[in-house]
Amino acid sequence: MTNWPLLTVIIFLPLVGSFIILLIKESSINSINIKWAALWTSIGTFILSCLLWIQFDYNNSSYQFVEKIRWFDDFNFNYHIGVDGISLFMILLSTFLTPLCILASWKNIKNNIKEYMISFLFLETVMIGMFASIDILLFYIFFEAVLIPMYLIIGIWGGERRIYASFKFFLYTLLGSVLMLVAIIIIYRNTGVMNIQDLQGNYFDKSTQKFLWLAFFASFAVKIPMWPFHTWLPDAHVEAPTAGSVILAGVLLKMGGYGFIRFSLGMLPEATAFFIPFIMILSIIAIIYTSLVALAQEDIKKLIAYSSVAHMGIVTIGIFLVNQQGLEGAMIQMISHGVVSAALFLCVGVIYDRMHTRQISFYGGLVNKMPAYATVFMIFMLASVGLPGTSGFIGELLVILGAFKVSTFIAIGASLGIILSAVYMLYLYKRIIFGVIANEKVKDILDLDLREKIILIPLLLTVLLIGIFPNIFLDPMRQSIEIIITNYEIANGK
Amino acid sequence: MENSLYKIFLLPEISLTLLTCSCLILGLFSKKDSYLKTINASIFSLIITILLIFVNVDIKFAHYDELFSNNSLIQFFKIIIVVGSLTSIIISKNYFLELKIARFEVPILLMFSTIGMLIMISSNNLMLMYLAIELQSLSLYVLAAINRNSLVSAEAGVKYFILGALSSGILLYGCSLIYGFTGTTSFEQIYLSLNQLDNLNLGIIFGLVFILVGLAFKVSAVPFHMWTPDVYEGSPTSITAFFAIVPKIAAVVLIFRFCLEPFGNFYKEWSQIIMFLSISSMFVGAIAAIAQNSLKRLLAYSSIGHVGYVLIALAAGNQESIKAVAIYMFAYMVMNVAIFAIILSLKSSKGFVENIDELSGLSKSNPIIGLSIAAIMLSMAGIPPFIGFFSKFYIFIAALNKGLVVLSILGVLASVISAYYYLRIIKVIYFEDLNPNQNYNFTISLQSKLVLTLMLIIMTFFVFYPSIIVNIASNLMLN
Repeated sequence: MTNWPLLTVIIFLPLVGSFIILLIKESSINSINIKWAALWTSIGTFILSCLLWIQFDYNNSSYQFVEKIRWFDDFNFNYHIGVDGISLFMILLSTFLTPLCILASWKNIKNNIKEYMISFLFLETVMIGMFASIDILLFYIFFEAVLIPMYLIIGIWGGERRIYASFKFFLYTLLGSVLMLVAIIIIYRNTGVMNIQDLQGNYFDKSTQKFLWLAFFASFAVKIPMWPFHTWLPDAHVEAPTAGSVILAGVLLKMGGYGFIRFSLGMLPEATAFFIPFIMILSIIAIIYTSLVALAQEDIKKLIAYSSVAHMGIVTIGIFLVNQQGLEGAMIQMISHGVVSAALFLCVGVIYDRMHTRQISFYGGLVNKMPAYATVFMIFMLASVGLPGTSGFIGELLVILGAFKVSTFIAIGASLGIILSAVYMLYLYKRIIFGVIANEKVKDILDLDLREKIILIPLLLTVLLIGIFPNIFLDPMRQSIEIIITNYEIANGK
Repeated sequence: MENSLYKIFLLPEISLTLLTCSCLILGLFSKKDSYLKTINASIFSLIITILLIFVNVDIKFAHYDELFSNNSLIQFFKIIIVVGSLTSIIISKNYFLELKIARFEVPILLMFSTIGMLIMISSNNLMLMYLAIELQSLSLYVLAAINRNSLVSAEAGVKYFILGALSSGILLYGCSLIYGFTGTTSFEQIYLSLNQLDNLNLGIIFGLVFILVGLAFKVSAVPFHMWTPDVYEGSPTSITAFFAIVPKIAAVVLIFRFCLEPFGNFYKEWSQIIMFLSISSMFVGAIAAIAQNSLKRLLAYSSIGHVGYVLIALAAGNQESIKAVAIYMFAYMVMNVAIFAIILSLKSSKGFVENIDELSGLSKSNPIIGLSIAAIMLSMAGIPPFIGFFSKFYIFIAALNKGLVVLSILGVLASVISAYYYLRIIKVIYFEDLNPNQNYNFTISLQSKLVLTLMLIIMTFFVFYPSIIVNIASNLMLN
């Protein structure tokens, strides 16, 4: 344990960086300074968050690096932050992806660079803050504040239908999260506590639990997103700039899963038990339906967006199995999807920057001109499918293992997802990479340059690291997950 | 403390009246620059009034046979009201000059209206309440039509006058009914005489409804909101700023006091009316604003929506709701002063900005102004971390403490709808390209720059140290 407030520094360093950038006068000469300032801020944040991992005590199941400052005098709301095994990797994921995003936007963002970098750094602060908050009101504030930078990122630097997509994204997710606000106030009124940890042993009566559960479900199901609340996601992904898609798929979707684990499982165990069949049915529909929809897509980004919904279906199955394998699988699947889908969006960004189209039919035969790209893309594609040795495999395997303990039906549903993901991903790969070059324009395409390699190689290494040594990631989260499961079993009298 | 006659000058209302009369004389007798002289004198007078309210010397004989009452809530709102009119005078100083309606009557009328509002919120008697409402309304009718050469301004004034007179008539009829059935006009006596009843009889209920209708007109709650968009649009923008900020706050406080003091024991009777007003205001405010292109009309509907939220707190009718309304109206004042300070200083090539689409691409030419408007809009929409979120949050705490779950859910849903039109302004500012023919000119006086900066700082940094305002609000009490 350190004496200096490491977590606060990690949360607010990007914000300080964005204030510094605000002071830099925007001009063509300064735009490179703005980029470097943003990059170094985010790299600094990443290094500090690695320090968090190094100092993390694996055997301690409660929150660590806790900081608590009285915030409101009249209510029991505090600036209360800390890290446990579940939030540790979410924070790392956010700090890991942000520098890559900034690097990925190095060349293709040409206007309003200053606002862009400020938005990204603000987004980073808000994301870390959300995963680190123990106080529910603080959590909610960060959870909603995410909408502001993301709305601007999609709306200012997005594609053609960016305005429609940004409004849909904002209003859809806002609609979900305002109900959570009502639920939070009811929790506070009934218990007088706003601390996630204390609330985990505090059970509401069953009818209140069901109401609260539905309110939380509304916000997290939209965020993660579950079928049929997913319709904002393809639009937002397609219209967002590459880096926006990366953060959206990489981190923002995980906010939903994180919320399910913390709130639905942790605080409302009886209602969770009641609603499990409902979640399972929605998840299995999500997996099968969105996989089939993905198969029919003509736009690469849209295809990956739909595949995200399918993968998140596996995550929700894993979470609501409420056993060790299932939850660990869901966590690994979230981390893995964060890295892999981020990488896939970056890969799409690479060819989009060159050709300015995302139509699958435009490409074909890229392997002839871009061998390095083809290799990298293949590894990420296989990781998304869940090939052994990659990160996707660990998550999916654990979830299916957990599912067999509960019901064969669910296990079959989850496995169907893996088969279907192989179908659409391989089909995509075949259409883009293999074959002969039919399109004249593609003939001059260049392979990855150094900057793109610097972006993709860390992601590649992470995918393999999770795939080969999953225990590095599983050990820190084990204690925290066990607590949630024990808690759930006590509440439901198992 | 011993009461002596000279101490009566420490009473803010009396000294403000005297100062206003002095300003009037100053304006009448100064040969040139009468406008500038009076406006500076009025700023000075209002600052003195704020100090006097802070001093708050309790002079027993100045209660005039319990016609006035004074408590922490009233004192808090008196400060808010005077600060509101002070800031709206400061931010509109240059606008009047630019529009060539720089008459010295403007600040005088604004101050008379302020006096009316100060008396209105501290009145403890139906007659005094009515007279104070009339004092502030009459000044406002004239102000709405102050731009005599403009047809819309005259129309706004006449419309406001006719509808205002109608509502005053209804209010007065309600007062007479209550007097007829209770035999008294004092709030406390009404409370005592109603206390002996188990049920209100029909006459008193009619009186209650009529008074609530009259007050609902003043706060422009739906369905008595029809005048608001037209008057806001027709009046000169600086007057609109005043309309949006100050009388609204005063009327909200009055409706709170009226429901919670004389009728405090008959929650069931008035809460239904308030809930209906609240729900309809929130939804009409949110939905009708979507189609607006005029910035002033949009802000009119937005203020209707805000009133809907405040009435949620009233429908809760507990100690939490006093706190909630104090924080909400404070936030409302801050956000409105900030947005009007910008609107009153922002000129496009066609003159002062009046329509939303004239703002297109503002972020490219004036990034700081664009950012400020965006932040104010997000705050009004209730998105954290701005002050607007916390004000709504307190409203919902009050409502849920009373168990009004459905009303709260409707409230949050309306806030999502209203987020749409606030976002639309951000869209125009940020997502649309700068029109090459458009060139923005943002000229702002030093004083209004100070006001704007202060309001933006309060709005943005409230989240870091909310306790200053929250502690003051928690200690507010009704009698």
